[in-house]
Amino acid sequence: MEVSRENIEELIHSYECSQRHALAIMQDMQRRYQYIPREGLNALAKYLGCPVSSLYAMATFYKALSLVPKGEHIIKCCDGTACHIRGASTLIDGVERELGISPGETTSDGLFSFETVNCLGSCAMAPVLVVDDVYYGRVTPEKLKGIIQTVREGGAK
Amino acid sequence: MKKQILICCGTGCRANGSMKVAEALNQAVKSHNGNAKVIADIKTTGCHGFCENGPIVKILPDNLVYYKVKPEDSDEIVEKSVLGEEEIGRLMYKDDSGRPVRSQEENPFYAHQYKMVLRDVGEIDPENIGDYLERGGYEALRKAVSMSQDEIIDEVEKSGIRGRGGAGFPAGRKWRTAKRYDNFPKYVACNGDEGDPGAFMDCSILEGNPHSVIEGLAIAAIAVGAKEGFFYIRDEYDLAVKRIKKAIQDAEERGIIGASVMGSEYSLKLSVVRGGGAFVCGESTALMASIEGRVGEPRAKYIRSVQRGLWNQPTVLNNVETLANIPKIILEGGEKFAMTGTKGSTGTKVFSLVGKVKRTGLVEVPMGTTLRHLIYDIGGGIIGNRPFKAVQTGGPSGGCIPESMLDLEVDFDSLASYGAMMGSGGMIVMDDRSCMVEVARYYTNFLCEESCGKCTPCREGLRRMLEILTDICEGRGREGDIELLERLGHTMQEASLCSLGKTAANPVLTTIQYFWEEYEAHIREKRCPAGVCKNLTCFEIEAEKCTGCGMCARGCPVDAISGGKKEVHIIDASKCIACGSCRETCKFDAVRTGARQNVIEGRQAV
Repeated sequence: MEVSRENIEELIHSYECSQRHALAIMQDMQRRYQYIPREGLNALAKYLGCPVSSLYAMATFYKALSLVPKGEHIIKCCDGTACHIRGASTLIDGVERELGISPGETTSDGLFSFETVNCLGSCAMAPVLVVDDVYYGRVTPEKLKGIIQTVREGGAK
Repeated sequence: MKKQILICCGTGCRANGSMKVAEALNQAVKSHNGNAKVIADIKTTGCHGFCENGPIVKILPDNLVYYKVKPEDSDEIVEKSVLGEEEIGRLMYKDDSGRPVRSQEENPFYAHQYKMVLRDVGEIDPENIGDYLERGGYEALRKAVSMSQDEIIDEVEKSGIRGRGGAGFPAGRKWRTAKRYDNFPKYVACNGDEGDPGAFMDCSILEGNPHSVIEGLAIAAIAVGAKEGFFYIRDEYDLAVKRIKKAIQDAEERGIIGASVMGSEYSLKLSVVRGGGAFVCGESTALMASIEGRVGEPRAKYIRSVQRGLWNQPTVLNNVETLANIPKIILEGGEKFAMTGTKGSTGTKVFSLVGKVKRTGLVEVPMGTTLRHLIYDIGGGIIGNRPFKAVQTGGPSGGCIPESMLDLEVDFDSLASYGAMMGSGGMIVMDDRSCMVEVARYYTNFLCEESCGKCTPCREGLRRMLEILTDICEGRGREGDIELLERLGHTMQEASLCSLGKTAANPVLTTIQYFWEEYEAHIREKRCPAGVCKNLTCFEIEAEKCTGCGMCARGCPVDAISGGKKEVHIIDASKCIACGSCRETCKFDAVRTGARQNVIEGRQAV
């Protein structure tokens, strides 16, 4: 979604002016733009009357927030304990091999972002991979290739 | 005749496609509408616990349960089992002897459980407040508003219930202390920031029976005199957030909470705060900082948060599972609750039994149940009947418990005396193919990323431990490393600011204590006995065992395995990335691991 001043203002003003909503507002921005744009931080600081640095501190502290734009498709590989001992690291290596990026990075064509997460609460189906909110359970390196291929061809959504 | 079809729509079953099954069943029921003898009511419920076998469909009053249901099964289910009285054998669970079982009670996974908190989860529609009310919901709150604050707290104290979040602090004492402060406003909060990887019981309770947690929190608010309450829920739990929000709204509309709680003079406003994805925010003071809209760093607790918590006001913070127990305590009395469990740890505990165990999922048992009972009778033992090696309890703050301690009765105190902890209830079972050094490295890496960095022992100690453990796993371990790890660990226990740092060394210290030889094998022999650490392991196929089925070659991500049909296969060591998928896929146990010393030495020489 395009970042415009009106959009940001509208989003911010849907909350009352109180520091306690800072995290929620930033999460909304994250959801809408897939990252926290600089304009968003500035506008929020102005609205709450707090220094931008304090919001920057939050944006870098909380894992759910990102200051850089994400790719079109987000691949999340669960590396919770249950997934880990059932082979999550093999999957992480697999994604790295297939896409040429490490966790936390985005491919240069902007198509994929790759993240690891600490537990999705689907431990019974370990190891779990989530692509654009679609869950894949008991993923093997073999299945992984197929999943990425389908997403490439635009079939994930 | 009326029949009910319950479809589990917890996170696990949804991931297995249960929403599609629900849709298909709805369609199937509609298309069979001609049969007026049976009125079928379809209900989507919370988690049944047996997530591995999802999607789960239960038919009442027949008490017939189907597992791994696919949308295409729905017509057959409606025809045979809803309109008719026929069973579909292939969708039923087969017990250990291979006999299909009809009900959950006959299923060994459920038969040994004792459900108190999870009783209604999976039976009611979590998005329908009427369902909860029908089962006696909010009766405890109605009773509580007619009791005095001290009477409520007396019951909770008598029950002996301790905090289910991990620390095990008596909930009654916490409430009593908060009530005593004459400093208003006061707050109550529910800790739903279930951060331990491998644990999802709070998620299931929030999703499956949100009203029970709201009722518990409302009772807490009345007992201590708070007018505002917060649910702090982990960012990853989309569904739980949605359900709690809906439940709060419904409860407000019915006048259960809001300006007047159940028509009394009490008022209560509840809201939901989404976590920001930081593990440390499960710590009470960090959580409160996060609710206030600041960076979630903990503070030193010279003054407890019951005295100065949210916005420096008295605050009671309880875990999801603790709160879900409260309505029952108020309705049936604390003494009755205390009859279950052990002397020091009353009631039941929900565990998430996961890892290399045959039947994985959520289980609820009385406190004091042995690990053996949990893993073997409920969990059905280890996948592929491999040898049991360890069970990890308590997440990153807990420890690894070896086989010799399987008969330990699990409660708050027993596990703590062995350097582990019960924690919030994650129970990860490991077999002989799990490397304990690598597990210690995994947890240290996790905590290193999640350490907020405020205090030095935790920030620097974890980083240093991670470096040493990585060296050991990659073949650069040196004599004296184990002792150094122990020293670092003890310093962190003594000197860290919050319990994240104080307990961060537990996974390392317990694995050193119980699996010393495994560390030594890595350091001295440059060998990973479990065959997990890539730099120390090479994979070989045993010619005598290989049947030439070709499964391993098909599963190999780098095409390193060759061999014709029905011929012995060979792994090309120069291509092999030691991922171990061939060992996992081989049904004949033909893939063997060995040390890779030469490779390592060669690399070091370069």
